[in-house]
Amino acid sequence: MAGGAVALGAGALALVLLPLGAVAFHAGGLSLSGPDLAALRFTLTQAALSALISVTLAVPVARALARRRFPGRGLLITLMGAPFLLPVIVAVLALVTVFGRAGWLNSLGAAVGLPPVPVYGLHGVLLAHVFLNLPLAVRMILQGWLAVPSERFRLAESLGFCPADIFRHIERPMLREVLPGALATVFAICLTSFAVALTLGGGPAATTLELAIYQAVRFEFDLSHAAGLALIQTGLGAAAALAAWHLTRESGFGAGMDRPLATRAPGGWRRAGDVLVLVLAGGFLLLPLAALVTRGLPGLADLPWSVAEAALRSITVALLSALIAVSAGLSLALAVARGGPRWLELAAVLPLAASGLVLGTGLFLLIQPVLPPPRLALPVTLLVNTLMTLPFVFRLLLPEARALEAGYGRLAASLGLRGFARLRLLVLPRLARPLGFCAGLAAALSMGDLGVIALFATGREVTLPLLVQQLMGSYRTGAAAGAALVLVSLSFALFWIFDAGGRRASPR
Amino acid sequence: MRPFLAACLTCLPAFAAAETPVLTVMTYDSFTSDWGPGPAVEKAFEEVCGCDLQFITGGDGAALLARLQLEGTATGADVVLGLDTNLTAQGLASGLFAPHGQEPASGLPVDFDDAHFLPYDWGWFAFVYNKTRLETPPDSFRALAESDLKVVIQDPRSSTPGLGLLMWVKAAYGDEAPAIWSSLADNVLTVTPGWSEAYGLFVDGEADMVLSYTTSPAYHRIAEEDDSKDWAPFAEGHYLQIELGAVLASSDQPGLARDFLAFTQSPAFQSVIPETNWMYPATEIPLPEGFETHRPETSLLLGAEDAQAIRAEALAEWQAALSR
Repeated sequence: MAGGAVALGAGALALVLLPLGAVAFHAGGLSLSGPDLAALRFTLTQAALSALISVTLAVPVARALARRRFPGRGLLITLMGAPFLLPVIVAVLALVTVFGRAGWLNSLGAAVGLPPVPVYGLHGVLLAHVFLNLPLAVRMILQGWLAVPSERFRLAESLGFCPADIFRHIERPMLREVLPGALATVFAICLTSFAVALTLGGGPAATTLELAIYQAVRFEFDLSHAAGLALIQTGLGAAAALAAWHLTRESGFGAGMDRPLATRAPGGWRRAGDVLVLVLAGGFLLLPLAALVTRGLPGLADLPWSVAEAALRSITVALLSALIAVSAGLSLALAVARGGPRWLELAAVLPLAASGLVLGTGLFLLIQPVLPPPRLALPVTLLVNTLMTLPFVFRLLLPEARALEAGYGRLAASLGLRGFARLRLLVLPRLARPLGFCAGLAAALSMGDLGVIALFATGREVTLPLLVQQLMGSYRTGAAAGAALVLVSLSFALFWIFDAGGRRASPR
Repeated sequence: MRPFLAACLTCLPAFAAAETPVLTVMTYDSFTSDWGPGPAVEKAFEEVCGCDLQFITGGDGAALLARLQLEGTATGADVVLGLDTNLTAQGLASGLFAPHGQEPASGLPVDFDDAHFLPYDWGWFAFVYNKTRLETPPDSFRALAESDLKVVIQDPRSSTPGLGLLMWVKAAYGDEAPAIWSSLADNVLTVTPGWSEAYGLFVDGEADMVLSYTTSPAYHRIAEEDDSKDWAPFAEGHYLQIELGAVLASSDQPGLARDFLAFTQSPAFQSVIPETNWMYPATEIPLPEGFETHRPETSLLLGAEDAQAIRAEALAEWQAALSR
């Protein structure tokens, strides 16, 4: 198992670094220029702020969700995952519908005589990145809360702990374990932002490294410049992953008896605070989704028939990618949890910071001498989707895998539980909840992915995101909004099926 | 195993080619979509050529050239459709293209004669607005700068219309371009990576005007029976986008490739263009009813070498003015 995980980790690293190397080799070197410094500064600023704000806001939301029970809680948790699954352009248009110059909020403000609040600028970029990443951060932190055995909270209660004591002795160690990884993940995602940053940033002041890479490849065909920029971007992602791994402290709560959490949640102002937090976060995340539905519904009537074919193709790719990504992610997480080499952690985070365009270009250069690239469109899509979703799967599974090994590793070893039996009797049941969530996330993310594959596209095998792009590119904005609604609904349905399945199969 | 697999896969089309020659045309996504010119063009050409016409797609004009440069002589494409005049200098320098041997296209508002690149359609860049929301649109860049209207434009570093606007301002104002951009800065609501995002924002009512084409209102008029959109004539004149086809020098079907470029000038190809690509045809054929209500008085176009030579400087000026 460990040998397999090492091979997987090495494979993931190779998939990030080999294409970069191929581009640099093809260009005969690396280069950078003056304006890159401005792009670097903006990229760092927005990614750091986005990560900090997303994760800071996610803590109270996750705590409220962890300690409160109310009707519709499960649905809210599932729905809150949706923004993360949106294709970028769809998310931007939905956000603008709510927050834009002519958006819902400004129209409401104008009706009561408030001046319009512009959305374009650094704050717009942050708004969008928090909208897209807050749900992911909430889920990562919520998993942490749920992984604390309920016995620890019961013990705290019997010892007469006040909320501040619970925070100091239970919640803070848990957060210490989960937050660095969450910060690094959101930071790395925002490093590669391009369309969101430019469109909501309001102009060229919001130039990110990925946009500079785009310019270098597409307009200047300066591959050495593109490779230089991509190396910086990947390096920043690696630095974030390394920092996270130094800051992470294992909480060491041990295993519990899987009894449902029956402790009393604090009342009074804390209860009111939790309600407020949930209402605000729910409104912030769900309003743009509502905008998406109202934009998309009228367009459903104009959809071409090809949408069904495209949807089928996208679902196939999504399911296959999810299967591969979850298997690989589980294998890596278990290996790291059992004390495998720590660089595996790096291998499972680095793809987040890889430049999609350089990855695509590099793969193209590597494959071209062997086969005409368009013939490999489908396998490459699968490979790249798997690589891109692996970091999420790994990050979400790692704390659970650690808890599993800490709580049951020795028992399983003493029983001689190994190989497939260990997987079937221990790992799959214990990790059913995060595995279901990860499979749903990987499938939904693979539905929306498009960037890397453009170079391999044949034009014959249209996927749903490509169809949305084609419709938008030929004035059919109404039909495009309809197709985007179909895409989001299908992504969400896949996500929901796996997530709910995982929760049902979980003993907790 | 891998060489064997590769051999098998590469042989398959070779067997097919023994019977029917295959002509591979590389073009942008929207050309080959169900509602683009692709399907009709494929059918019409296959009726006369005795060949199999296959499209491969890859992004917009600049992306096509980048991909061809990446593939070099190993490219599977015989013909490319979708480059524009801002890219021809770079294209020619790459040495990837062969002379097409056709007469110059007859239906352009300017003389355009290039041995390697043949126009198949064209259009004027223009700011499009909604007549029901804006009664008197600005009639020049200066008037736009003085107004408090908000426009959405595309980034010249990632989109061909964005680059077109850069050239438009440069062709109209030359050394004064940086001042024009500075005065326009507060009118630019935002800059998008591509045309689709910008046009989507405009249709949603987020901006008063959007950089597009004089032919954009025709789509709404003809396909959606919606007469609310129009374009604003600018006194400086309007910059042209000419979409070009070219034969790849590495093509293994050079004869067929040249036949296809000749076919792009025929009524069978040209008559499809206005209502599928929403651009002007490159030859003199009758336009569809309602396609054109007025046209610009002056056409602007920089030569291929000029466009290439001033691009970096124009880009730096644009970036500096709008970054403030």
